Amino acid sequence: MNLILEKRELNQTTTLLRLQAPEIAAKALPGQFVIVRTGEMGERIPLTIEDYDRAAGTIQIVFQKVGASTMLLGQLNEGDFVTDVAGPLGVATKLDGYRKVAVVGGGVGCAIAYPQAKYLHENGTPVDLIAGFRSKDIIILEEEMRAASDRLFLATDDGSNGCKGFVTDLLRQQIEAGADYDRVIAIGPVPMMRAVSNLTREYNIPTTVSLNPIMIDGTGMCGGCRVTVGGKVKFACVDGPDFDGHEVDFDELMKRNGSYRAQEAEKKEHVCRLLGVK
Amino acid sequence: MVDLSIERHEMPVQPPEQRRCNFEEVALGYTLEQAQAEAQRCLNCKNKPCVAGCPVNVDIPDFIAKLRDNDLQGAFDSISRQSSLPAVCGRVCPQENQCEKNCVRGIKSQPVAIGRLERFVADWHNAQPQQPVARPAASGHRVAVIGAGPAGLTCAGDLARSGHAVTVFESLHLAGGVLSYGIPEFRLPKKIVEKEISGLKALGVEIRTNEVIGKIHSVDELFRDGYEAVFVSTGAGLPNFMNIPGEMLLGVYSANEYLTRINLMKAYLPQSDTPTVPAHRVAVVGGGNVAMDAARCALRMGADEVSIVYRRSMAEMPARKEEIEHAEEEGVVFRTLINPVEILGNENGQVRALRCIRMVLGEPDASGRRRPVPVEGSEFEMEVDAVIMAIGTSPNPLIKNTTPDLETNRRGCFVVDEEMHTSKEAVWAGGDAVTGAATVISAMGAGKKAAAAICEYLAQK
Repeated sequence: MNLILEKRELNQTTTLLRLQAPEIAAKALPGQFVIVRTGEMGERIPLTIEDYDRAAGTIQIVFQKVGASTMLLGQLNEGDFVTDVAGPLGVATKLDGYRKVAVVGGGVGCAIAYPQAKYLHENGTPVDLIAGFRSKDIIILEEEMRAASDRLFLATDDGSNGCKGFVTDLLRQQIEAGADYDRVIAIGPVPMMRAVSNLTREYNIPTTVSLNPIMIDGTGMCGGCRVTVGGKVKFACVDGPDFDGHEVDFDELMKRNGSYRAQEAEKKEHVCRLLGVK
Repeated sequence: MVDLSIERHEMPVQPPEQRRCNFEEVALGYTLEQAQAEAQRCLNCKNKPCVAGCPVNVDIPDFIAKLRDNDLQGAFDSISRQSSLPAVCGRVCPQENQCEKNCVRGIKSQPVAIGRLERFVADWHNAQPQQPVARPAASGHRVAVIGAGPAGLTCAGDLARSGHAVTVFESLHLAGGVLSYGIPEFRLPKKIVEKEISGLKALGVEIRTNEVIGKIHSVDELFRDGYEAVFVSTGAGLPNFMNIPGEMLLGVYSANEYLTRINLMKAYLPQSDTPTVPAHRVAVVGGGNVAMDAARCALRMGADEVSIVYRRSMAEMPARKEEIEHAEEEGVVFRTLINPVEILGNENGQVRALRCIRMVLGEPDASGRRRPVPVEGSEFEMEVDAVIMAIGTSPNPLIKNTTPDLETNRRGCFVVDEEMHTSKEAVWAGGDAVTGAATVISAMGAGKKAAAAICEYLAQK
């Protein structure tokens, strides 16, 4: 049981929770995740640790209310308890030893890319943060991202913030302008990570992506999160979630992530008789 | 008077056509009359060969005699001196390979139904009003147990009974290990597991769920936090796959995933948030108890046809005879002497068929069983929409990777001496983490042995 200390609605569908979790906070590193479960019949879902404060003993998670489980989690308020939080899981992102890094985030993935940028920035590595959103209304964590980078570039698909385009357009511009990155870290929807990886392959820039497959236990037990990387099967929970973007089979990942789409849709339509909510 | 009847007393079960549609327990247990009648069949042999066959050495003739003499509490106390999970063991132990295998009655007739009697006594006890447990005097020593499965829980119970303060760290949100996530409700009702665990808590055992050792704390940090001894019982949780083409298709699961969704996450209940995809024709690859559990779950989840695909013949099948029989009665189809070579998918990346090759049995291999050899050109397709791989598991590397001075063998199992002590000072290990995937009772035996060794170590401190 972990106490919710703060709840912030970042946009209409995206919520940030700050949780009391001193033991997890003591060990957490950028790129790691927790398994969260809400209610005694709840699903175990993996969520990236968006930020942690070792002194205060807190961690933050950010999630989009897209399925039954994230909606249930989103109904909790400050002072409530999350039933189960287990972590920190997964291998931390390798962030030391780079000369200059571009961190690319897409949508809610920006929350996941944020701790990487923050770590690099705090440790003196020049870092550009390129963040993409569908429109201006749903931009999240802008201030935090600005503070965690040397330069923040924001793009919207519809141009409503004045900079129309995709993150790949901005990344290409910077590379062409001579930004000279020796590592790109891309975190967001699978098509975005695939597009970024395809782009950086052209320029031969090593690229890390953080994968988000379906998981149950998060400790290597179920194998539900297996992904193909460089022709080999890996378990994202224990071998990842970070992998070489140039080696990941993104098409397969997208298919596998859709395994339960029909069941999820059914759950979403179901109106809870207890709470009267969808 | 000893009852010399050749056949043991049958235990009532739910009829197959009924039980294949529900998750309620298949075997219903003896009545008192049946149990006492069966108890009459025990010869109360002087040299007790059955006890030697029990990995935790329950004094079997003693508890059976007490049951026969209507001293049910005495019978329970007798079992409890050696076994901390009798209601579990009475259900899931492979008795036919252990105590019952050695039973003298088994030479000329059927052995005494020891497992069924143990189950009866344990269930009788669980139905009585619980007496407050007297906690032993505190020894002042602290022990950490990693993993709340059969080995860890047994070790924790024995340590607590010796007065040591025990903390069990469990990575999942629920204690029990394979008893909770693996063995289905219809074979081992979860309320029995809960009861056994609450008994341990009453003894003073602290169980900390959601704590993945190797991540949240390392073994060395546990010592720094004041634990004087550590028992590693992290099981063999890593599922094996066949490494054949098509294993990434939608509808291919490890048995671990399939069973965890159903047992731990309760996917069979409408109020559970964890989904499974309904399948019509399911192939379960493997011939062990886990394969039987997965196949029987698939039936209960509504599949029209469930096949066990096994590369050897029925005679070599490692699952318990009773589990195989139950599966057959429920309508699971056994397709033996075939081996999958490829899983085929449709245009959406979903499983459409399993391509198999026929096998024949050749010379005996290292396991003593005849080695299956493929028959060239005998490949054929089985139409299925789900494939469940139940071909074994390997130990989880999380502890090994974060504790470099813990020696492991080629298969990733912890190396221990006869007292279950590892290569690292004050660290013991046992259960599947040491042996690779094995049985609940052998894990309990290891937990017991380690607890005794830890008690001795602490006494000398």
